[in-house]
Amino acid sequence: MSVEASTEQVLRDSFISLAYLGASVAFILALRSLTKPETARRGIQLALWGMLAAIIGTLVNHEIVTYRWIFIGLVIGSIIGWPLGQKVAMTQMPQRIAISHMFGALAASLVGIAEYLTHSASGHGIERPQMAALGFEVLFGSLTVSGSFMAFGKLHEILPGRGITFPGQNAVNLVTFACTVGLLGYLVYDPTASWAFFAMTGLAFLSGFSMVLPIGGADMPVVVSLLNSYAGLAASATGFALGNPVLIVSGALDGASGFLLSVLMSKAMNRSFANVLFGAFGSAPPKGEGSTGAKGEMKEVTLEDAALALRYARNVVVVPGYGLAVAQAQKLVGEIAEVLEGHGNQVRYAIHPVAGRMPGHMNVLLAEANISYEKMVEMEEINEHFEDVDVCLVIGANDVVNPAAKRDPKSPIFGMPVLNVDQARRVFVLKRGKGTGFAGIENDLFVEEKTSLLFGDAKATLQRLATELKGM
Amino acid sequence: MNLAFAELYVFVLAGFVGYQVITRVPPLLHTPLMSATNMISAISLVGSIVVAGADRGTLSTVLGTVAVVCATINFVGGYIITERMLKMFSGQQQGLAKKDGGK
Repeated sequence: MSVEASTEQVLRDSFISLAYLGASVAFILALRSLTKPETARRGIQLALWGMLAAIIGTLVNHEIVTYRWIFIGLVIGSIIGWPLGQKVAMTQMPQRIAISHMFGALAASLVGIAEYLTHSASGHGIERPQMAALGFEVLFGSLTVSGSFMAFGKLHEILPGRGITFPGQNAVNLVTFACTVGLLGYLVYDPTASWAFFAMTGLAFLSGFSMVLPIGGADMPVVVSLLNSYAGLAASATGFALGNPVLIVSGALDGASGFLLSVLMSKAMNRSFANVLFGAFGSAPPKGEGSTGAKGEMKEVTLEDAALALRYARNVVVVPGYGLAVAQAQKLVGEIAEVLEGHGNQVRYAIHPVAGRMPGHMNVLLAEANISYEKMVEMEEINEHFEDVDVCLVIGANDVVNPAAKRDPKSPIFGMPVLNVDQARRVFVLKRGKGTGFAGIENDLFVEEKTSLLFGDAKATLQRLATELKGM
Repeated sequence: MNLAFAELYVFVLAGFVGYQVITRVPPLLHTPLMSATNMISAISLVGSIVVAGADRGTLSTVLGTVAVVCATINFVGGYIITERMLKMFSGQQQGLAKKDGGK
């Protein structure tokens, strides 16, 4: 009897291990498929099957005695998850991603807390390596929960987008975080100290809030990517605590992805991590101070003239900025491009890495407007070719086309990689009014000789431009 | 202790593989990449399902069930939204092929 039972146990455990192994491989292959747009969809199907395999594997775990709450959880989660997948607009992707970091981290933290409670109640105590893993899991988890919630609030504009700062903030944040890490250290020394566990959880939760509080809306791409990485690390730590390799692997993949994206975003904004986290860039607009700012007058161009120039421009490059997405005018850009292409002109889109509010956001917004991804060109690729561009159409972008980043060492954005729009033969800029950009910086490009401005609401201007071009 | 080191091996190697693979994802697909990793993060289901079903006390069951809800939101929502985005990228591919065929 006991031999039979143990044989069954071995079979069951092997089945679970195989399911987890399959899931791990599926996830890695899924990410690999994402390296090309043609194979990307196959990738997400693979991830789906991997996840289902892992779930089925887990369901046969011998520790499970009742399926009732699992089932209820799965159903409620699906009911909430469905609209979060189906109904969310593409412009809302950044906050959608931020909130899902929150859910992921919350799941990891709760599992960590439950594991800790179970172990302390059992009286056996927790071994130190496991305590370290649980501690990391809950620390990163709760930090990500509150941090992501703050990021969500700022991106969704239920909280003020500008950073909120007060004197001594960095010191307070550092001390809070140091205390959190100190408590983790104490827990590893004495795993039975449940007060330390809960104090650490609470402080980590507070740290998440205070970390994102001073960071402005323009820096959110870095923050969201970084939180992605933390959520991954929390999942990995769960894997260490439970001795579960599929969690370790998936967490490591998430962590690597988030880390890489935040490095890329930081580079694109010419900022270091430390500067994003402690610099509170968006809080005080450095307008005019130190920088010479833009000199000269902005020239306006009539719609007819702009349309005429576009009609006979053989090489057109559109620079879409977040303003375009806010105006919901991507479809109109697509229409204009179609008319121009009908005349045999080439139209491409120059995408700055931080054109949207998260990595790759602008590409998704353009793809939604049925613009082919083959016409979207990355900054590095197109920057050498701006001299051959007849007309460059800048829509709702400001800092990413500011030549001051290249030539004015006093400019706050000096050193940030920008699109070489100033090398194009002619530049049209669509602009709402004569104000400043998101980071509150004057733009030298707008007063250059070759630049003409079309003032007004981007959507209305593009609408009239499209009508004008179709009539030609 | 040996086991802990084996786990560390897995973590470091998986992180390395992840880094190598993800550096090759073009910026074009960075948003789908993020939502795909979000969906993959739902793997914490394997931990939360056990906690929700192991009947280790009311508090554990509640925490586990809420964790299952959260992870399932990421799984279902993450899959649907990633699929929606990737459809926009691959759908136009077919459109182009058709146009070229027609010429």
